[in-house]
Amino acid sequence: MAIPRHVMAEIRYGFGLRPGAPTHDGAAALLASLDRTDPYLTVGGRADFATRATLVQDNKDARRARRKQEAGAEEMYKSSVSALRKTIAADIKWSVEAAMLSPQPFRERLVLFWSDHFSVSGPSLRERTMIPDMINGAIRSTVATSFPAMLRAVITHPAMLQYLDQSMSVGPNSEAGQAKKRGLNENLAREVLELHTLGVDAAYTQADVREFAELLTGMTFDADGFRFRPRMAEPGAETVLGTRYGRGKATLGTVEKALRDLALRPETAAHLAGKLITHFVGGPPNPGHLDQVASAYLENHGALMPVYAALLDHPAAWRGEFQKVKTPFEFIVAGFRAYGIPHKTLRQLEPRVLTRLVMRPMAAMGQPYLSASGPDGWSEDPADWITAPGLAERILWAQMMAARFGDGVEPAAFLARTLPGVASRALQRAVRRAETREDALALVLASPEFNRR
Amino acid sequence: MTRRRLLGQTLLAGCSAAASPLLTPVTLASAPGDNRLVVIVLRGGMDGLDVVQPLGDPALTRLRPDFKLGEAGGAADLDGFFALHKAAGDLMPLWSAGELSFVHAVSTPYRGKRSHFDGQDFLENGGGDPDGTLTNGRDGWLNRMLSLVPSSRTDTAIAVGRHAPLILSGDNPVGAWSPEADLDISAQAELLLEQIYAEDPLFANAADTALELSAERDAPDMSPARAGKAEPLAAFAAERLNRDTRIAAFSIGGWDSHRRQMGVIERPLKELATALTTLKEKLGPNWQRTTVLAMTEFGRTVRQNGALGTDHGTGGAMVIAGGTLRAARVHGTWPGLGERALLNDRDLMPTNDLRRYAGWALRGLYGLSSVDIERVVFPGVDLGLDPKFLA
Repeated sequence: MAIPRHVMAEIRYGFGLRPGAPTHDGAAALLASLDRTDPYLTVGGRADFATRATLVQDNKDARRARRKQEAGAEEMYKSSVSALRKTIAADIKWSVEAAMLSPQPFRERLVLFWSDHFSVSGPSLRERTMIPDMINGAIRSTVATSFPAMLRAVITHPAMLQYLDQSMSVGPNSEAGQAKKRGLNENLAREVLELHTLGVDAAYTQADVREFAELLTGMTFDADGFRFRPRMAEPGAETVLGTRYGRGKATLGTVEKALRDLALRPETAAHLAGKLITHFVGGPPNPGHLDQVASAYLENHGALMPVYAALLDHPAAWRGEFQKVKTPFEFIVAGFRAYGIPHKTLRQLEPRVLTRLVMRPMAAMGQPYLSASGPDGWSEDPADWITAPGLAERILWAQMMAARFGDGVEPAAFLARTLPGVASRALQRAVRRAETREDALALVLASPEFNRR
Repeated sequence: MTRRRLLGQTLLAGCSAAASPLLTPVTLASAPGDNRLVVIVLRGGMDGLDVVQPLGDPALTRLRPDFKLGEAGGAADLDGFFALHKAAGDLMPLWSAGELSFVHAVSTPYRGKRSHFDGQDFLENGGGDPDGTLTNGRDGWLNRMLSLVPSSRTDTAIAVGRHAPLILSGDNPVGAWSPEADLDISAQAELLLEQIYAEDPLFANAADTALELSAERDAPDMSPARAGKAEPLAAFAAERLNRDTRIAAFSIGGWDSHRRQMGVIERPLKELATALTTLKEKLGPNWQRTTVLAMTEFGRTVRQNGALGTDHGTGGAMVIAGGTLRAARVHGTWPGLGERALLNDRDLMPTNDLRRYAGWALRGLYGLSSVDIERVVFPGVDLGLDPKFLA
């Protein structure tokens, strides 16, 4: 089956084809798209960090007041919850819009990939309110620059510091530690080593984790954002993977140096290369491909453009077989794209419709918004997504889309423009044989060809 | 884990105040009056030869040797020539009461590629071009009909179901309502899903379980309260028709019986029977002023195929019910199933345009003029003589 290069580029490295949207005819075009300005980096109307922090603080205050049964607290609490919900709904709409409409879908896929690499999730509304600020401010802004820069931006972002308990971690021998008898929390240190940089298979020890945790103390945040508090930081030198960092007074510079060193280690290069290939192409990675991406990373000191070039510039990257399955978010965005839903329609979707079309289905398909079960993010294994209930939800969603947006859409033409060179004979035949237009359109989005990439 | 979702939604319910200069004083004075019309679109191609079996035609058993026909299949005799399929057995009381009729060997004028989509669009559009080209407005005939009926209420006509069907779409605003929907998969859709997943084990295995769960949930004995989805549709339509609504349309799918027709046809046929009995029950005294027309995009091949099913054909049957009927009868002109009688040596030869019967229903219920019906509602139809199925 010969899949045209531009189709493969959109399906594997974007969110599928959208009628009227320009396509990318290969590696060079995908890379060139990253050289252009990201139209979604500074879209007005999004809540900034200060606004989000205020909403979160208001909610905390209202909660406290309610617990003390203060007058009017219940009303205050309700209105603060509704403000948080509104912000989150706007974020979702915005994420869908960026993925669906950006002329640089590869960038959007990379933003998702790195957001998952640095997965932060929140059981509470307050946490979910802060996460998009990290994605936009720390990941989107660095996605085409360098991994060390991204690592630094993410690890110092309040959402991450809170999620992995770093803001609670106090050096035992620091001023604050001595005064308040508080201690170390290893959570972030361990995950940086295990998930964000070296990878779990690398040769680090519990001692490295401990020393690194001591090194990270002092990183915390307040309503204005990141704060380094020397009072909380463990004094003296720490040795991580054989390198001694700092002496005497702890500084943020020392932490930054250690993060950069970790980022540039060969284990990190191999770990990131493996994850990128597994995510976009499938695993286990082709050894030559893996080596090519890891080498590009090391040779360019973590610069990401050469890494993406190495990822794309390999026969394995364009192999015709679809190993991966779209995540629920990718699937939903691809569905919107297939129907060519215009910007205006998306903008005007009412909250309850957004819930019905995006949030509830995402959760039902196994990917509740910003709620991965752990810091290791969402699964890369297709079998974790295509379960009986997961697939049933996808079929149901496909039916719902056909009912909602299928008016006047000719099924054979829809299939031809959505999966050109991809649709199997069985799918083409099935679409012809469906007994209603809606059934036929639903089959297209429910098909393995559409769900895979 | 439950996979039930609420897909229910309320669409527009705009104001319809369309008036037409073509109206006669009589219609102005009374229409839409008290008469109710329910149109049920049977999607997928209902096999009229199986629903209303022409047992009196000697060729039938030769063409369908493996089908359980007539008494062997539990069909109920209607008039000594035709018999009603077992799955529609609940309709026999209506037949006995003179509230059920059929028209056999009917079709739309569509003679194109026997495509479901084109066929259904054509059925709902009401045009007359044999190639299946729609009328210029690409609207529905029930909607065009509204222009000829003065309607002061916003909800004179409503579409019931998840999707507003073409039959009611057009310039005249209509109401729409949708019930809560479930993973609702017709036999044919299930078969097609199995086919598209067959080559991909990951999807095939997941789908296998998913469809099995769905089938279990749909089994009537598992949940007696949910006798399928036609019941709530019909109940809702009846409730509205008891108030200000006079025209309602909904769909029953699942008729595309390419394989093991014996099993496949049961579910939609039971749904249809349930829809009609529910309408009668819930409409109460208003049933006496109600006419139900159930029509499909095409009939099916007269010969059974290699998979104990039938394929897309032409001539088929139309179901008419209601307290407005003159008598229980199988109307139409029977063309016979002999070798030379078939269309293209495969299909039941249509001897009537089903639009004729719909047209006469509109005339009888709302006093529309023949000219309006032949020009506006069903362009090009020849109403001919009154088939006199209404009292």
